[in-house]
Amino acid sequence: MKIVACIKQVPDTTDVRIDPETRTLVREGVESITNPFDEYAVEEALLAKEKYGGEVHVITMGPPQAIEVLKNALAVGADYVYLVSDRDFAGSDMWATAYTLAQAIKKIGAVDLVICGKQAIDGDTAQVGPGVATQLSLPQLTYVSKIREIDVEDNRIVVERMLEDGKEVVESLLPTLITVVKDINEPRLPSLLGIKKAAKAEIPTWTTEDLPVDKAKCGLEGSPTEVIRVFTPEPRGGGEVLEGELTETIPLLIDKLMDAKVIK
Amino acid sequence: MARLLIDEEACTGCEACVEECPYGALEMKGDVVTVNEKCTFCGACVDVCPVEAIALEKEEKEAEGVDISQYKDVWVFIEHKRGRITNVSFELLGEGRKLADSLGCKLSGMLMGDGVEECAQEAIKYGADTVYLTEGPVLKEYRTDSYAAGAVNLIRKYKPDIVIFGATTQGRDFAGTVATTIYTGLTADCTGLDIDPETKLLRQTRPAFGGNIMATILCQNHRPQMATVRPKVFAMPEKDDSRTGEIIREPLPIDEDKVRTKILDFVQGAETVNLVDAEIIVSGGRGVGGSENFAVIRELAHVLGGALGASRAAVDAGWIPYEHQVGQTGRTVRPKIYIACGISGAIQHQAGMKTSEIIVAINKDPEAPIFKIATYGVVADIFQAVPMLTQEFKKLLAR
Ligand SMILES: Cc1cc2nc3c(=O)[nH]c(=O)nc-3n(C[C@H](O)[C@H](O)[C@H](O)COP(=O)(O)OP(=O)(O)OC[C@H]3O[C@@H](n4cnc5c(N)ncnc54)[C@H](O)[C@@H]3O)c2cc1C
Ligand SMILES: Nc1ncnc2c1ncn2[C@@H]1O[C@H](COP(=O)(O)O)[C@@H](O)[C@H]1O
Repeated sequence: MKIVACIKQVPDTTDVRIDPETRTLVREGVESITNPFDEYAVEEALLAKEKYGGEVHVITMGPPQAIEVLKNALAVGADYVYLVSDRDFAGSDMWATAYTLAQAIKKIGAVDLVICGKQAIDGDTAQVGPGVATQLSLPQLTYVSKIREIDVEDNRIVVERMLEDGKEVVESLLPTLITVVKDINEPRLPSLLGIKKAAKAEIPTWTTEDLPVDKAKCGLEGSPTEVIRVFTPEPRGGGEVLEGELTETIPLLIDKLMDAKVIK
Repeated sequence: MARLLIDEEACTGCEACVEECPYGALEMKGDVVTVNEKCTFCGACVDVCPVEAIALEKEEKEAEGVDISQYKDVWVFIEHKRGRITNVSFELLGEGRKLADSLGCKLSGMLMGDGVEECAQEAIKYGADTVYLTEGPVLKEYRTDSYAAGAVNLIRKYKPDIVIFGATTQGRDFAGTVATTIYTGLTADCTGLDIDPETKLLRQTRPAFGGNIMATILCQNHRPQMATVRPKVFAMPEKDDSRTGEIIREPLPIDEDKVRTKILDFVQGAETVNLVDAEIIVSGGRGVGGSENFAVIRELAHVLGGALGASRAAVDAGWIPYEHQVGQTGRTVRPKIYIACGISGAIQHQAGMKTSEIIVAINKDPEAPIFKIATYGVVADIFQAVPMLTQEFKKLLAR
């Protein structure tokens, strides 16, 4: 099986804080990490390879320093990695990102399974997975919490999807694209050998020259949406800390909650 | 290609833009600022520069041959589960009505399913003027292929100006496919929508970076303008039984054998109230200390008719299944009342619950960050405070 995992480098929002005075983002010391959901995507790709055979390809689109997330992927066992990077890709929205990734996946060719994270924690859109599937004319299975089985002979996959009110068990034809939630697995740590191998690896970079892309559909130009304003939200003010013994504070809290007329 | 232009003469080196940039793309080189390759051309720096030294140069976009003037009306995707319209669709009908009124156009519902005409009538009573209805056995259950085929067909034929969807698992699965097929913009997970009074464009506001920043987004040259909107952002509209409207039927342009997925089973979740629909959520964190102890939290949730949530620490410890996790790597919730018990309030937890209307924090550490965002805080041991709350509510609500 040829499996492709799409991963993104994102700022570690653990470190992103708002300066209460200036109400701006404090970025000092903010590290870049692999989008947490994408670590599950890579792990699931490796697990599928171990079980059903094949190769794991990992791809990221981003600035040159996004190569770091690919090194991590190599260190845990990815077979091939690719950096999709060009100034012409900058400013891509969901549409342009999905288009570019899809063109890159076409170049990898003859894919059986594409795995994305449920969403990226910077943009939080959760739309790139469906976008890539649509661009590649693949069926999509989003919010997957378990791969039950893959039948390579018969080109079928059965998964569980985590919906609001329960789990749906769905079967799809292969090739297909899935997006995964955190529950699906426990990502492994890199081995020492893996880290060494990754450090030495030559990582191919694909620019607009290397991919079958129409530049008019890439980056800011190709993006139908346009950000016109970025601002910090009103900080949510801390409210009241109810002081005193519980025998006083609990009835007081109950009064306040009943006032909201939600509890019936 | 777009470029960020920095006027080195004008730049005073105040670093206001460096702080504002959400991507860390601006750096000081000597006395002036320079832009590095992390720039995504979001424009946050342009507005903040006090001396107008930064400009964003964009190439004029070709309008892709889309004749925008042909597109009119506001559409709401009517999501339903087993014949009942979901709450978020009602909320969107209410908001869609306002958008349609301010544009002076019609509000329509887009409905797909099998034997769901009653839902169409219901949508009209909640504000729709027309409902585009596509029915058939292939649409009995939501599947991306069949629903997207139905929606793309309708949108291409009737050309709505705006289409909004609930940001549910279904809405987010579906809208991404539709927008990609049509080549139009899609703004995900909005928390605000309004019409620009001059340009009549839909201004779509959404949180990013776990709610640390907000962005307002437009879709200028492509149609329809599409957005998914979080549940519970907009109020539930009143039902008006006297309203009448038109139902327009469209056939489905796809057969069962073209649908590439098949639903084999659905396993209902264990809880009666799900987190996303819940008005009240009671959540437990590491402070709960073990799976048996969750009974204390669950009982309060039960008495209040609410749902049970958890922090990642509690989920990772194996005390409660992942479906309950609230936060960046769990679910985003927006109840009227969120009661956090033994949860410190890490930024990733906050990302999933910060927009709740009322937040109650019960924690024995007065320094816990959760108190900074809590509407009401109680510094106490949860094993004393929570059972007391449960008992008092039981008496009060006669349960
Ligand atoms: C990439 C990433 C994604 C993440 N995603 C999420 C996410 O989606 N959701 C999430 O919740 N977290 C997430 N986290 C984890 C997050 O950073 C915190 O570690 C987690 O939220 C902490 O959970 P907690 O508040 O239950 O535990 P703690 O931080 O350990 O807090 C426990 C609190 O309980 C209090 N306490 C203890 N005993 C009692 C008692 N008897 N009575 C009263 N109070 C008591 C303590 O004072 C303490 O404040 C993520 C982290 C990372 C790195
Ligand atoms: N620039 C990118 N490069 C590679 N994969 C991406 C990129 N952006 C998004 N993805 C994939 O799409 C998923 C959803 O991202 P998003 O739609 O941005 O929330 C991520 O978890 C990744 O798997």
